Amino acid sequence: MSTDYTLAELAIVAASEIFRDETPEVFATLIGTLPKLAGYVAKETFLPGMMMSDGIYYLAAEPVPVGPRGDYPVKKEGRIGYERVFTVIAKGNRHAFVGPVQVDKYGQMNLSCIGDYAAPKVTMLGVRGLPGNTVNNRTSMFFASHNKRALVADEVDMVSGAGYNPARYPNENYPRGLDHRQIITNLCVLDFEGPDHAIRVRSLHPGVSFEEVQDNTGFDLVRPDDIPTTAAPTQSQLDIISKWDPKNLRAYIFKDNPPGVRAS
Amino acid sequence: MSQAVLDKCMSAADIVGQLHDGMTLGIGGWGARQKPMALIREIVKSDLRDLTIVSYGGCDVGMLASARKIKKLVFSFVSLDAIPLEAHFRRARSAGEFEVMEIDEGMFQLGLKAAAQNLDFLPCIAGLGTDVMTYNPDIKTIKSPYSDDHYVAMPAIKLDVALCHVSEADQRGNSWIGGPDMFFDEWFCRAADKAYLTCERLVETSAFNDDHKILRMPIERNLVAGVAEVPFGAHPTSCGPDYGFDVAHLKAYSATAKEGWEGYVSEFIKADDYVKSVGGADHIRSLALPAF
Repeated sequence: MSTDYTLAELAIVAASEIFRDETPEVFATLIGTLPKLAGYVAKETFLPGMMMSDGIYYLAAEPVPVGPRGDYPVKKEGRIGYERVFTVIAKGNRHAFVGPVQVDKYGQMNLSCIGDYAAPKVTMLGVRGLPGNTVNNRTSMFFASHNKRALVADEVDMVSGAGYNPARYPNENYPRGLDHRQIITNLCVLDFEGPDHAIRVRSLHPGVSFEEVQDNTGFDLVRPDDIPTTAAPTQSQLDIISKWDPKNLRAYIFKDNPPGVRAS
Repeated sequence: MSQAVLDKCMSAADIVGQLHDGMTLGIGGWGARQKPMALIREIVKSDLRDLTIVSYGGCDVGMLASARKIKKLVFSFVSLDAIPLEAHFRRARSAGEFEVMEIDEGMFQLGLKAAAQNLDFLPCIAGLGTDVMTYNPDIKTIKSPYSDDHYVAMPAIKLDVALCHVSEADQRGNSWIGGPDMFFDEWFCRAADKAYLTCERLVETSAFNDDHKILRMPIERNLVAGVAEVPFGAHPTSCGPDYGFDVAHLKAYSATAKEGWEGYVSEFIKADDYVKSVGGADHIRSLALPAF
């Protein structure tokens, strides 16, 4: 184990584990620096068959370095334009690793707006593909700042991504594709393995207590008897990360790029 | 026997002259990519009003919003790709300046595909469990006649007119999309009563006598009512493989959301020579293609 790693590197490696139980040739959609690098670690360690896009149009035969790629030639193995993406989503063998603005106790996500819907206080992107992703595909989430504005009390302002809220479905039946996996934050890893898919603390990053996580969460978290500490990255995992992030964009994932183990 | 019009050439202003107040317009492209911006600029300059705009939105939506042309917006997102949030859209949406129908990206294409096939709806499960259903009470669910499943019955999105920008077209309305992703231009054209295209280059029909090109020709000519040659007609959005999006221009445009929109209109949209006003043909050709 390396002891010299950043919180970003710790969280990337923790996030790579969301793919541990995936199908051998899952199509992973990786949006943002941390999700991409997490997917790359999974692909280069335990999930070589993972499929991914170049973010534009092509299926990439190997990871594409994060950040502006300049003249870097993508190694193509197929095409995955948007029309095909929607077909792939509906078929189901996909894991979307996304960064919504809010999530609630049901795992419902918001990417649309905050405040009155007719004239929102804050207008964001729009629901994008979240409604379709969440009822068809495995979904994991990343929040760079774990706080009560992001992990909210009650329901999110505009439910853009579906969750485990039975009142919102015909006959209270969840769609068969609804399958939320994990939430990675700057404090911990959460999953949906509590009673009735309640959100549970899966691991705490080094130096973080359950109480700190709960104090920064708008809903009650399930607390297992023993909560492991998020595993430290290995040198080979760190090498994979730096290979695909040569410009060190991971230094900007978390504010002030803190170390993986908090100074005591 | 009616005689087909096989010379469909017109100007961008002629195309916009075919539009009327209150129409539903579908805009091709995606975000900051392959948008028919020359036509959007003509609409901004026109007296048109009360439009329903259907778009995988970028600065097309932002400009029409700041020009107060939109009565209702049908959308999944509005983004400039390199600049994730569209400042003009955000300002107008937060001010409640237009109605919205906000739907999942997959629902959006199904709505176009339903209209294209003269169907009332197509089923999907996207939308279930979300506020897309809350805020669009006209979108109904149905029970499957074959099982106990429930589906969203995504209603047809019928368009009066589709507007798209392509790489090459001939005077008959045949067209070739050179960028990697053809997006949903085909389905906008099929969902519409009439489609109009702008193109980077007007070519002879013989240019399409090419097995490689034919793979990127999703719009057959009898869908197309008019064609205008407008080099760099997608700027400041991208038109692969010829040019990428103009991030510096998009930043300057974004900064006019709060103040300075009128200046943007007079400096660029109403410029006598648009290409020259934004830095010239060589500048646009040098813009890097989207990559992230």
